[in-house]
Amino acid sequence: MKTGHEIHDAIVARKLSAVEAVSAALGAVTAAEPMLKAYLTLTPERALERAKAIDQRIARGENPGLLAGVPVAVKDLFCTAGVRTTSGSKILENFIPPYSATVVERLEGAGAVIVGKTNMDEFAMGSSTENSAFYPTRNPWDGEGVPGGSSGGSAATVGARGVPIALGTDTGGSIREPASFCNVVGVKPTYGRVSRYGIVAFASSLDQAGPLTLDVRDSADTLEVIAGHDPMDSTSVDVPVPHYAASLRADLRGVRCGVVREFEEALKSDAKMTALFQSAYRVLEELGAQLVPVSLPHAKYGLATYYLIAPAECSSNLARYDGARYGLRVKGDDVFSMFEATRTAGFGAEVKRRIILGTYALSSGYYDAYYVRAQKVRTLMKQDFDEAFERCDVIACPPVSCPPFELGAKTQDPVAMYLMDYFTIPMSLAGLPAMSVPAGFVDDLPVGLQIVAPAFEEGRMLGVAHAYEQATRWAWQREPMIGSAAGGVR
Amino acid sequence: MKSSERNGKFEPVIGLEVHVELATASKMFCGCRNEFGAPPNTNVCPVCLGLPGSLPVANARAIEFLCKTGLAFGSTIAPFSKFDRKNYFYPDMPKNYQISQYDMPLTTGGGVTLASGKRIGLTRIHLEEDTGKNLHSGGSIARSEYTLVDYNRAGVPLMEIVSEPEISSAEEAEAYLGELKSVLSYIGVSDVKMHEGSLRCDANVSVRPSRSKELGTKVEIKNLNSFRFVGRALAYEIERLEASLRNGERIVQETRGWDETTGTTHSMRSKEYAHDYRYFPDPDLVPMNPNVADAERWRRELPELPAAKRERYVRDFGLPAYDAGVLTEDRPTAEFFEAVVAAGGAAKQAANWTMGDVRRVLQKHELTLAQSKLRPQTLAALIKLVENGTISGKAAKEVIEPVAVEGRAPQDVVAERGLAQTSDQSEVARFVDDAIAQQPDSVASYRAGKEKAFEFLVGQVMRLSRGKANVELARRLLKERLG
Amino acid sequence: MAETPIDIAHVARLARIALTDEESARFSAQFSRLFEFIRELQALDVTRVHATAQVIPLHDVVRPDEVSPCLDHEAALANAPDREGPYFKMPRILE
Repeated sequence: MKTGHEIHDAIVARKLSAVEAVSAALGAVTAAEPMLKAYLTLTPERALERAKAIDQRIARGENPGLLAGVPVAVKDLFCTAGVRTTSGSKILENFIPPYSATVVERLEGAGAVIVGKTNMDEFAMGSSTENSAFYPTRNPWDGEGVPGGSSGGSAATVGARGVPIALGTDTGGSIREPASFCNVVGVKPTYGRVSRYGIVAFASSLDQAGPLTLDVRDSADTLEVIAGHDPMDSTSVDVPVPHYAASLRADLRGVRCGVVREFEEALKSDAKMTALFQSAYRVLEELGAQLVPVSLPHAKYGLATYYLIAPAECSSNLARYDGARYGLRVKGDDVFSMFEATRTAGFGAEVKRRIILGTYALSSGYYDAYYVRAQKVRTLMKQDFDEAFERCDVIACPPVSCPPFELGAKTQDPVAMYLMDYFTIPMSLAGLPAMSVPAGFVDDLPVGLQIVAPAFEEGRMLGVAHAYEQATRWAWQREPMIGSAAGGVR
Repeated sequence: MKSSERNGKFEPVIGLEVHVELATASKMFCGCRNEFGAPPNTNVCPVCLGLPGSLPVANARAIEFLCKTGLAFGSTIAPFSKFDRKNYFYPDMPKNYQISQYDMPLTTGGGVTLASGKRIGLTRIHLEEDTGKNLHSGGSIARSEYTLVDYNRAGVPLMEIVSEPEISSAEEAEAYLGELKSVLSYIGVSDVKMHEGSLRCDANVSVRPSRSKELGTKVEIKNLNSFRFVGRALAYEIERLEASLRNGERIVQETRGWDETTGTTHSMRSKEYAHDYRYFPDPDLVPMNPNVADAERWRRELPELPAAKRERYVRDFGLPAYDAGVLTEDRPTAEFFEAVVAAGGAAKQAANWTMGDVRRVLQKHELTLAQSKLRPQTLAALIKLVENGTISGKAAKEVIEPVAVEGRAPQDVVAERGLAQTSDQSEVARFVDDAIAQQPDSVASYRAGKEKAFEFLVGQVMRLSRGKANVELARRLLKERLG
Repeated sequence: MAETPIDIAHVARLARIALTDEESARFSAQFSRLFEFIRELQALDVTRVHATAQVIPLHDVVRPDEVSPCLDHEAALANAPDREGPYFKMPRILE
């Protein structure tokens, strides 16, 4: 399989043209699509045009950027000017944004070539991509399982070696969990590290865009391209973006690695999962890391806290979808009937559930008891991490409680699905950078290892993940069931 | 109900909520032009249209304008302030929530001092974004089949000024609005044109028995599109409420709209259902901590305000309060007057001219002071020409027009039109003697006591001199001759 | 099983979403499990804790008062489900 940096190096060395790389990717993606269904929209003409332009610039001796010629995919909630952007929902089924998200502009500005928009849980609400209004995506490793969610399409297309790099978003785990399920690297940056402008909003105080890639190096490069202050996003932080690849290291000498007591406890009953993580921690130790027990005593409140704050914010963010200015419109005799008919027809069940939950949590008489209280518990959870990071440099822990489950296995009970986020929610609530890196297989299904760092220490986090990755090379050990092992580029 | 309520006097208690569109170049949360009257949906962008993925970024000048307004009224700038979302559905609201401020407005307190000296307290001033505009087919919301929406106005920065319920009459309400408008235009934060919607007013009114300390049930009145409507609507509503109380009826807390054509308020039942706005801090924006250094600079940048100017005109120029009031209604007029005085024009004359003939000529030609060619030094010179008798006051009124409109020099106009009056005593005396000689009957009439005859003789002197005689001199000489 | 405190019909109205009786009942049952977790939250002592306003503290983020290019008029209306001339068109307002 060819990683993004390998493709880029070959293109810059003129051993490969951008058009060849992109054509091969389109071929691989198209071949896998009937089974995988990772995409909602493919943009072959647009992609080939851009690839041609990149080649012309290289021929002129220019440097088109850190990701020049690399085929990539973006989750369908990144507004892409002139390209249908649905956020996985019928209510935006035919919406064509007149502008692009800042991260899309930065990706394309660095020479990356977008081949399509990937499938996702509707409005990023879900952990399996089964909430997509259009169709579910399959896990490339076994074809029967879910790819995870809500960035399931992005994780699946990288896992299936269609493209080496995809963009997703993570609000409560929506990059890390599918990365774990699809045996790829997935990074959620510090809140405010990456611009949210142009990303269809789910939960404003939690959403962050990040890369899903074949290897840690590509995540480092992609993050460097998309990170940085954006004047169009008031919540984006003005902190310099380092060359993250420079932080990639071979060993972990001097690194104190926290192991979370409560998380070990939570997985205790699952022998196979426990064994996988125990051996992962041993690898870290062998690399020179010092394991330190740490505690996140309020982690167990994460689910309730998250499922009050995120729905509250989304109930307000999704109010704009009413059939008036864009998107689906269902007729009504008067404008309020039209709003109601449109929203009733256009939103799926999970979206409706969260809007109702969120509206309730903000409503008169309940606001203090639910929303404000949840924001206070959030403070306690953040303090847990602050204290833990006084004793360690990074935290290593599971991103998931299980390997990828079968399609349909958890759709009957929403809370069973919510529980999938148990290990990823606390970092989201605390705004900390966290990532998943392939860590092996349980019953032949992929499981990832989560690395968490203090705010704005993505370099440190990527460094630890890279050392682990190079020592274990899980992503190279097996081939997915769906998708070419050669990564589309021979 | 106590008999004192049924038979005794009532007093109205009024509070006003005034929305002011700020005169920033761009909108509150995006870079679209803030412009009245542009073709529909031409000043819109992903942010103010509420497109998926768009995010707001606060306009620094809007915050500055609001803080300056607060400082002008003696309000306190909050050390910590934030934006909240006010959630409700309406077609003119692209996000179906309005970014506003709920419990931590940018300023609190302060007051508006009326010309009468009474000070109306302010509760708060906060910042929010304006909505788009709905047009109803058929011309009214009741008869329409469909709605057309223009989002040019969506996102324009709006400042909401809330007064304490300390206004005691419809007249006082109008005075409050007048002072507010005056100050706002002085500090340049808004063009305050009610007819263009850049100043809007809702009123809360209740009545209670005089000397009672409790507030009665209040009624909200909307659709007040001019100061006059505010006055009329309040007067009507106060009467209606008093009549209700006298009849022993309970006042219903409701929202009523003013109907100018019928001169009545009517219940707007549709606005009565409880809106649960579900206010919460907007997670796309960050808090504001206006600092002391900024506040000091803004305070220094405030111009002399109308009340201070009025006081100064009365004290230093000896002008009557009425004149001071008229002159200070807007800043360009006040500053023009001050410049005329600084250029040597006598204060009272400068005041009379500014309020009178200058205004008349400008209105006739639909010019503002800035658009006219009238320079303060020129008016001062014209005033001197009258003072030293070169031209009569009447002639000056003729001269002012070409001076103000075309920028002609007064001396040139006087020369061209032969307006210089004769102040030469012997020349005027000759006309006086001629008039006396030609009108023996009038002379006799005057000597017999008929004042009107004197005026006739004055007129004759002017006729004989073809209007050139210095009329004061003519009068004096006539009086001397006639005894 | 714990009860759901939500008056789903009322909240759905606020959110402009129509639910069938079956959906309301199903949601109610689904929420009740979540409320078991939420109740644990209510039991925590948060009296001396301040609410997280934002997880990465920022303040006074503003932009200068400058006009920047806005959307082309046709682009603004391009996704409109219905329009009349330069306006967005939608049904009448009945309150």
